[in-house]
Amino acid sequence: MKGLELRDLRVEIAAGGRRLAPVDGVSLEIAPRECLALLGESGCGKSLTALALMRLLPDGLTVAAGEARLDGTDLFALPERQMQAVRGGRLAMVFQEPMLSLNPVLTVGAQIAETLAVHRQLKGKAAQAEGVRLLEAVGLAPGHAGSYPFQLSGGQRQRALIATMLAGEPQLLIADEPTTALDVTVQAQILRLLKELQRGRDMGLLLITHDLDVARDMADRVAIMYAGQIVEWAARDALYAEPFHPYTRKLFSVLPSARRRGERLDHIKGVVPPLGTAFTGCRFHERCPRAWALCREAEPRLHRVGDGHYARCHLAVEAGPEAETAALPSRAEPRNVTAESGPLLEVQDLAVHFPIRRGIFRRTVGWVKAVDGVTLRLDAGETLALVGESGCGKTTLARAILRLVEPRAGRVRLAGQALDSLRGEALRRMRAEMQIVFQDPFASLNPRMRVGEILAEGLQALRPELGGGERHETVLRLLEQVGLDASAAQRYPHAFSGGQRQRIAIARALAVEPRLLICDEPTSALDVSVQAQILNLLKQLQAERGLAYLFISHNLPVVGYLAHKVAVMYRGRIVEAGGAEALIARPLHPYTRLLLASAPGHGLESAARAPEAPAAAGRGCPFAARCPEALPRCRESDPEIVERQDRRVACHLY
Amino acid sequence: MLAYIVRRILYAVPILIGVNLLTFALFFVVNTPDDMARIHLGAKHVTAEAVERWKAEHGYDKPLFYNAAGTGTGKVTETLFVEKSLALFVFDFGRADDGRDIAREIQARMWPSLAIAAPTFLVGLAAYISFALVTVFFRATYLDLAGVVLCVVLMSISGLFYIIGGQYLLGKLWHLVPVSGYEPGLAGFKFLILPVLVGVVSGLGDSSRFYRTLFLEEIHKDYVRTARAKGLAERVVLFRHVLGNAMIPILTGAVVVIPRLFLGSLIVESFFGIPGLGSYTIDAIQAQDFAIVRSMVFLGSVLYILGLLLTDISYTLVDPRVRLE
Repeated sequence: MKGLELRDLRVEIAAGGRRLAPVDGVSLEIAPRECLALLGESGCGKSLTALALMRLLPDGLTVAAGEARLDGTDLFALPERQMQAVRGGRLAMVFQEPMLSLNPVLTVGAQIAETLAVHRQLKGKAAQAEGVRLLEAVGLAPGHAGSYPFQLSGGQRQRALIATMLAGEPQLLIADEPTTALDVTVQAQILRLLKELQRGRDMGLLLITHDLDVARDMADRVAIMYAGQIVEWAARDALYAEPFHPYTRKLFSVLPSARRRGERLDHIKGVVPPLGTAFTGCRFHERCPRAWALCREAEPRLHRVGDGHYARCHLAVEAGPEAETAALPSRAEPRNVTAESGPLLEVQDLAVHFPIRRGIFRRTVGWVKAVDGVTLRLDAGETLALVGESGCGKTTLARAILRLVEPRAGRVRLAGQALDSLRGEALRRMRAEMQIVFQDPFASLNPRMRVGEILAEGLQALRPELGGGERHETVLRLLEQVGLDASAAQRYPHAFSGGQRQRIAIARALAVEPRLLICDEPTSALDVSVQAQILNLLKQLQAERGLAYLFISHNLPVVGYLAHKVAVMYRGRIVEAGGAEALIARPLHPYTRLLLASAPGHGLESAARAPEAPAAAGRGCPFAARCPEALPRCRESDPEIVERQDRRVACHLY
Repeated sequence: MLAYIVRRILYAVPILIGVNLLTFALFFVVNTPDDMARIHLGAKHVTAEAVERWKAEHGYDKPLFYNAAGTGTGKVTETLFVEKSLALFVFDFGRADDGRDIAREIQARMWPSLAIAAPTFLVGLAAYISFALVTVFFRATYLDLAGVVLCVVLMSISGLFYIIGGQYLLGKLWHLVPVSGYEPGLAGFKFLILPVLVGVVSGLGDSSRFYRTLFLEEIHKDYVRTARAKGLAERVVLFRHVLGNAMIPILTGAVVVIPRLFLGSLIVESFFGIPGLGSYTIDAIQAQDFAIVRSMVFLGSVLYILGLLLTDISYTLVDPRVRLE
């Protein structure tokens, strides 16, 4: 048959005398010109399936069984030399991390030329001309052939990587989370590029993703993976209209969105089974709300549940029990629990500038304005979301509020107390009032400290009046509050999953009973099912303690779900701020509109088209160069932030 | 770039002054000229007059920092610090105890040192990189394991063993090369083979193991996977991509020792009877000739600082990401 046909792929790894199978019996087909999305949470085996197809499995992993045919060629039977002709030629792959996936010491042109030389025997002038054509095809200027990867932005690097992979004119392109590391605006562009290339070049596309919205925009058919197996596959519209497998249904119901404000998000009980679990029956039964005796005993086959729609579930042949539909409590949002006078956090014209030094004596010749005059206000029990593309200054702003970096100008007041004048001991005591939870729970906990010690450390520093016994009790109470077992205190962070670690990070921040918690992308490193648990936890803690959150995120559905107020940042400034519901429903600033339109899930055609941010801003509004509605005066003068109805907005249109 | 180099040279000035002060303190304050005289005269001949006479003959009869007897600027300049220590900055090393000019001696002796050290360095670098690449090409096989075991064995054996073993085996038993000696010019080639070989072998374990680690770290990076995904042969992946990136730490680590090649090796030179700066230093230490030792210590520091500067400059040449400002 034409296209790709994969039958019963089993990938094994030897571990302690046992042979474990992270991919166990995966079959799939991709017709020419078709896009198949392989969707699943981390560790389900989707990337390994792709690497097995490329025969690029990491050392130690082997294809133990299965057959892969690309237009009839048996990929797993080819000698390595002939496989090299297929790899990068008929079958190519784009990887997740554009920052790391290009050779840092070779120019983009040289890296494209390599593929051209191997697969199309093009050298010299001909290769150069073809290289330029490829760069144009992916939307890069011909001049970028001479650029090194470090001179390109993340989106440009991903385009360059795509160009090196198109150079061999593949029939099938595998894209492994091609946009996960990118901003939403850039993601929209790369996805559209991939779609256009797929259609224009009659390519098949195997898109590996964890994002239901991305899959919806891109795929013709979708396959859902869980614990090394495909549990459901169907045409896109059928799957999104009526998902069959309980796991697929759960993936939809854990997604936050503005529509679910005030609801508690659904959750999947338990965790993804670790590699090496001995399964009996269905692999999902322990976490499944509808499992019954049969599910624990017999492994389900892939059953046909509709036209071209298959699910690996016993429900397809037997009506199992209904899920206990415990109505999700949609509780009223308790806000402003403490009826204090005045806001909890007040930021006035805060600016953080980093010096640019030049010359023999390192004189300061200019300033990088990372945060440039930001004014914010946050009440107790309230969540303010700070959104914007990477590099817009949101994390620097958070660090300046915490005084982890020294602001150059402006005022920060916490509960009426000015922080800028505080030094030494007074500042240290004030730190108990505001804590931060970082993005990467794998890097933010000290691997050589037990969880109990991590939690107690902050107590020792900021609440020294507690005795040893009291401290221990507090630690146990904190663990219980964030939903962890008391035994966790004795273990090291590496014993925990990403979601559990983020709970530990939240417990650590809460230990000193802060009133303000800064959450810097707290769920962006987590799977959607774990994200739902963390978001539920944050909501619950806010209701119980009246915490205020400064929630930094680039994920607009999460912001729409969680935040009361939103501030949109661009180039170190707030360009629009207001109530979350109104702002998301009726964005005023063209940049806010761009961000919202770029979010996946609404179809690629409706996604906004705007160029990437230019390197340096000239005169006028910093957004003017990308703004579809820019007026002549936008390039002349910088707009002031003004009050308009329920909003603050910095734009000449208003 | 130029501004960077100028700034780095300016930074070097205070470091050199510090080095100079420290050596001065070691050689003149901890170990006073009186002590030197006593060591040289030997226990039998030490009298106050003999000490004074020795000091006068060797130019050590001045105060350390301030000469009250001097006139005008002489109060400061006619001191041990200025004459013996600051003079080092203009490479005025003075005379050795046997009366010879140290600067001239250094000029003559650095060539034999270089004749051994430069080939050892270059052949060694090539050998270590090749050996490491072979083990990496065969990674996770028994060949790789054997290579690592060999490295550990080589590392565990004292350098002296290679010298004595090499001299016995290649020189005495098989008569392939002379046991020791030196001759300038092409005729001296046969004298260089053994010391260079010994130098290369004794460094093999240490360096190859380190380079292997660098290669392995590089080979697991994402861009190497990209290179393979393009369909490049493993040979191309290894040489063009892995080697190209791993050479950055290797080269810059090697550049720092280049200036120091002039100083030669203390042990190799004295065992093989090479009239270089290494054996010069060893002999001076044995003869308690402090003027020579002081000069060599200072020269070593200067060359080391030069090496660090060259390292930073070499980064800009091999890594496009580094631009010095």
